[in-house]
This record gives sequence, structure tokens and C-alpha cells, in this order.
Amino acid sequence: MSEKTVNMNVRVAGLDLRNPVMTASGTFGYGEEFSEYVDLTRLGAYITKGLCLHPRTGNPTPRIVETPGGMLNAIGLQNVGIDAFIEKKLPFIRSVDTPCIVNFFGETPEEYAEMAARLDALPEVAALEMNISCPNVRQGGIIFGTDPDCAGSIVKACRAATKKPLFVKLSPNVTDIVAMAKACEDAGADALSLINTLIGMAIDLNKRKPILANVTGGLSGPAVKPVALRMVWLVAKSVKVPVIGIGGIMNATDALEFLLAGASAIQVGTASFINPGAAQKIVEDMEAWMLAQGETDIRNLIGALKV
Amino acid sequence: MEFNSTILSNVEMSPNYWRIRLTAPAAFAAATPGQFVMVRVGGSIDPLLRRPFAVYDVGSTTKADGTTTVHFEMLYKVVGKGTTLLSRLHGGDSVDILGPLGQGFVFGDDDEEKLLVGGGIGLAPLYLLARELVKRNSPVRLFAGGRSRNDLLCLDEFERLGVDCHTATEDGSHGATGFVTVALNQHLDALAGKKATLYACGPDPMLRAVAKIAADRALPCQVSLEAAMACGVGACLGCVTPGKNHSAHTPDYRCVCAEGPVFESSELKWGASA
Repeated sequence: MSEKTVNMNVRVAGLDLRNPVMTASGTFGYGEEFSEYVDLTRLGAYITKGLCLHPRTGNPTPRIVETPGGMLNAIGLQNVGIDAFIEKKLPFIRSVDTPCIVNFFGETPEEYAEMAARLDALPEVAALEMNISCPNVRQGGIIFGTDPDCAGSIVKACRAATKKPLFVKLSPNVTDIVAMAKACEDAGADALSLINTLIGMAIDLNKRKPILANVTGGLSGPAVKPVALRMVWLVAKSVKVPVIGIGGIMNATDALEFLLAGASAIQVGTASFINPGAAQKIVEDMEAWMLAQGETDIRNLIGALKV
Repeated sequence: MEFNSTILSNVEMSPNYWRIRLTAPAAFAAATPGQFVMVRVGGSIDPLLRRPFAVYDVGSTTKADGTTTVHFEMLYKVVGKGTTLLSRLHGGDSVDILGPLGQGFVFGDDDEEKLLVGGGIGLAPLYLLARELVKRNSPVRLFAGGRSRNDLLCLDEFERLGVDCHTATEDGSHGATGFVTVALNQHLDALAGKKATLYACGPDPMLRAVAKIAADRALPCQVSLEAAMACGVGACLGCVTPGKNHSAHTPDYRCVCAEGPVFESSELKWGASA
């Protein structure tokens, strides 16, 4: 069998990707942590942990708890800050022949724009993914991600600050995901990544206390997949920009379902915690499925759901 | 590395405490004392995450045809869904393993006394350490504590290495009655200021007490921490623990899986609970 018989290439927001499989922000470190387990050059792209201007040390512990079919996290956007990122993380990123997309956020609209401008200046950064949807921090994060006008204004500010492809990562914790998506598209987003985690909580009955120090956290893993599929499907048919599907993708079957629902690419998140090689395995298994189906072009699947 | 491992044996050694022996690739023989593995129990999505376990021992068997096979052992206590499932597996079953992971113990001067302090299942990472220290001709003592004698594991194996074992149980069913730190303090008094390094693994209150003893006596002390983990490779930052400079204004978190699980006790914050 030759892989040449299947086209896995996709073009997303001006980026030519060798396949539609990316790693999701916050689940893949800065890439280097997984280099022992994944051949990064087999992935379409990889997305680094949410970055901001100054180092952030994150939330108190406990920060994670397993739930049926998923996990809650409240890491609190711990990250090294852009200066350390440039000094310590970029050399590795430069050495990998796969587009690196940097997820970023700010605590104010000005910080968002400043981050976009600083990332715009880095040739190693292929595209930017704005996090306007972190459920675990007060400033930044979800405040900007639940109001369409607010989201539109910071996307516009970042749009003005960068010529690189600009993805916006959307929160599912809204009543109208389509309104959010349209606001971001109108403000100049080149692609929409969805979904971020769903806000949830877990309780220790005997202690009569929440398990997470942050009380609430973001639910990820297979438990959220049906919610994510619906939102991707709704948004993909409502906007013109490409949608990147995220939410409980554990294997090639899940990934292909997201493509059918309208995603032009997908991100593997929590699965990388369980199997650090998950993203690469998904690429390989998607190719195998295509060959078995006699399907020659992955792009034929995008939005091909028969409803 | 990630590998599929075959269970060679899985037995309950004491009520609720199990010992499992697993096959490993040859490269696993390089595992160092204090390192751990992440075990995927079952192939389904519940439980979803891997479970971290200390490496108890690593060994190899050379067959008549000259081929060498490597195996390792873990001790575990059945406490929840993952360990319950693990205890139901049998020889011949397979599990997926990620490891060896993390930073293990540092051995220090060979001629000083090495005092190992283990509470309950916390003895698990100390055996490989004891073996290595004995190999280096260091004088090694073990202080093992638990609620009752059922919580004292594998003492005979430590004794077979030539390790002097001191035991303490809260109910008095084995050794001294009370906490293991009493015997540790008595021994340190007898050492009268001679150099020694402490190595500890066990429940938080025990680690805190040992860290305090080490600080009061200005002795080096390494502790092996347990934490809920998702990835085990330093990516998710879910397992962090407060470092010595931690406060609400100067957050200082250390990643247990990647920077640990073994830390110098003086590098950690012991005042507030994590």
C-alpha cells in the first residue's frame, strides 16, 4: 500500500497542512515534551500552550480530577511568558518542519493586541490562535469569550496587529455559539477552533468539598465529544471561514466524524495525555480508513455529512 | 518509552496491597530508583487517565539461549477504580506502560548513613534505592511505618539486602507503637551529628514530619511525592506542588511528574497544604 494514493493535505486559513491533525493547546506543552513519543513531522500542525506577556504560575492545587469518560482541569493558564518562550522554546520550534501555531491570551484587550503584534514578528510562528475561552481565569479567557461584541472587539484589535493567520478558539459555555462565531468572523478571524472545555465541577462527598482548589474546572475528553460535534456542525454551516474541530477526539473515527460535521481540520487534546503518540496514530489510522474506503482525498469528507 | 507489557504475576501480598510483575523492553533496565511509570488499566475511556506507580524493582532473566528478558515490579494499594481494575488482572493479561519517567533519587556520598523512611505503600520506591545504595557499600537503614502490621510491606526483602529495619505501627502490632519518626529521631540522636541523608516516601503528614526533622538537624533529605497526574511527561501541569518560595504573591510551583517525583525536601513548601 502506498500512502501516495491518499491525499491528506488540507489548506486552512492560508496554511498548507500535510494533514488535518493538530494538537490542542494546553495538552502538548511546547511540542518538545512529546518529541520522544511523536514524530512531529507527521502532524499537520501543533499548537503550544496558551501564552501571555508575563509568566503565569497558574491556579492552586489540586488542579485536575478524572471524571467518567473525561477530566476536569483548572490549570489557570500557567505559562512561561513570551520572553522565555522566545528564548527557551523557539529554538526547538525552529528545528521542526511542521507549522507551529501559538495559542495566546491577554488580561486586557491591549495585552491581546500586544501579544498578537509580538508573535507576528516571529518567523517561526505559522499562525496565531486566540484563546478567548479559558474557563479557569477571571481576566482574559472566558470574559471575552461569552459576549459577541466583546469578542468582536478584541479579535479586531488582534487582526490589526498581525498579518499571520488568526484562529479564534471558542468557548462552548455560551447560549449561542453561532453568534459568537459570526462575531469573530466579522472581526477578521481566519479560522475558528472549537470547542474549548465545558465548565464543570466535582465534589468529594466525605470531605463535603469541591475536589478542585479552583472549585470549577474545564471538562475535556470523550465525555464532551457529542457536544463538540453539534457545535462544530452548527458553526461550520453558518460561517465561511474554516472550522477546526476539537472535543474528545481519541481516535481516527472521532477525527473523521468531526470532518464530516464540517471541520476542515481537528485538534487532539486530552488523548495525548493518555497516549502521547495519539495524534500521530490518528493520522495513520485516518489514512488507513481512507484506503480501506477507497477514498482518495480527505477534503471530500469535510462537511460531507448526510443530514 | 511507551510499551505493551505482559503481566507475569499479580498477587495480593497483604490485605489491599498488591504486587505486580510485568515484562519490559531491554531499555527499561536503565530505570533508576525513584522513577515511576504511568499505567493504562483497561482499554476503555473509564478510567480515562493512566495511573502513576513507583518502580519497586527491575530485573532481568537470561535464558539458556542467551536472550535476556527484562521485567519490573510495582507495589500498589487498591484505593479506587484504577487500582481495583488492576487487581483483577491476571498473569498473561497485558497493560500499556509509559516509562520509566521522572527524576529519581540522588545517591550522595557513599560512606554516609542512608536513612530510608517509608509509610505504607510509600515503601514502593525505596527498595530499588536500597538495593543501589547497598551496592555502593553505603550503610542503609529503613524506618517503616504504618497503621498496622498489614501496612508494612516487603520488610524481609530489605533485610535480605542487609538493610537494618526499624518498624513502627500506630496500633502497636509490629515494632514500636506510634509514628515511625520517633525511631528515626532516636537513631539520629545516637548518630550524634554524623553525616546522614534521609530519603522518604509516604503520606503527606509523614513527609512533612521527616522534612522538619531534616531541616531541624540540617540534614539533606529527599522526598518522593505522589500526585494525581494526567500526562506524566510535564505537559499538562496538573500535578504541580508548591515550591519553597511559594506564596499567594510569589507563586512557585514544581511539576511533580517532570521535575520530580523526587525533590530535595528543602526545595518544597511544607507549611500550607498543597
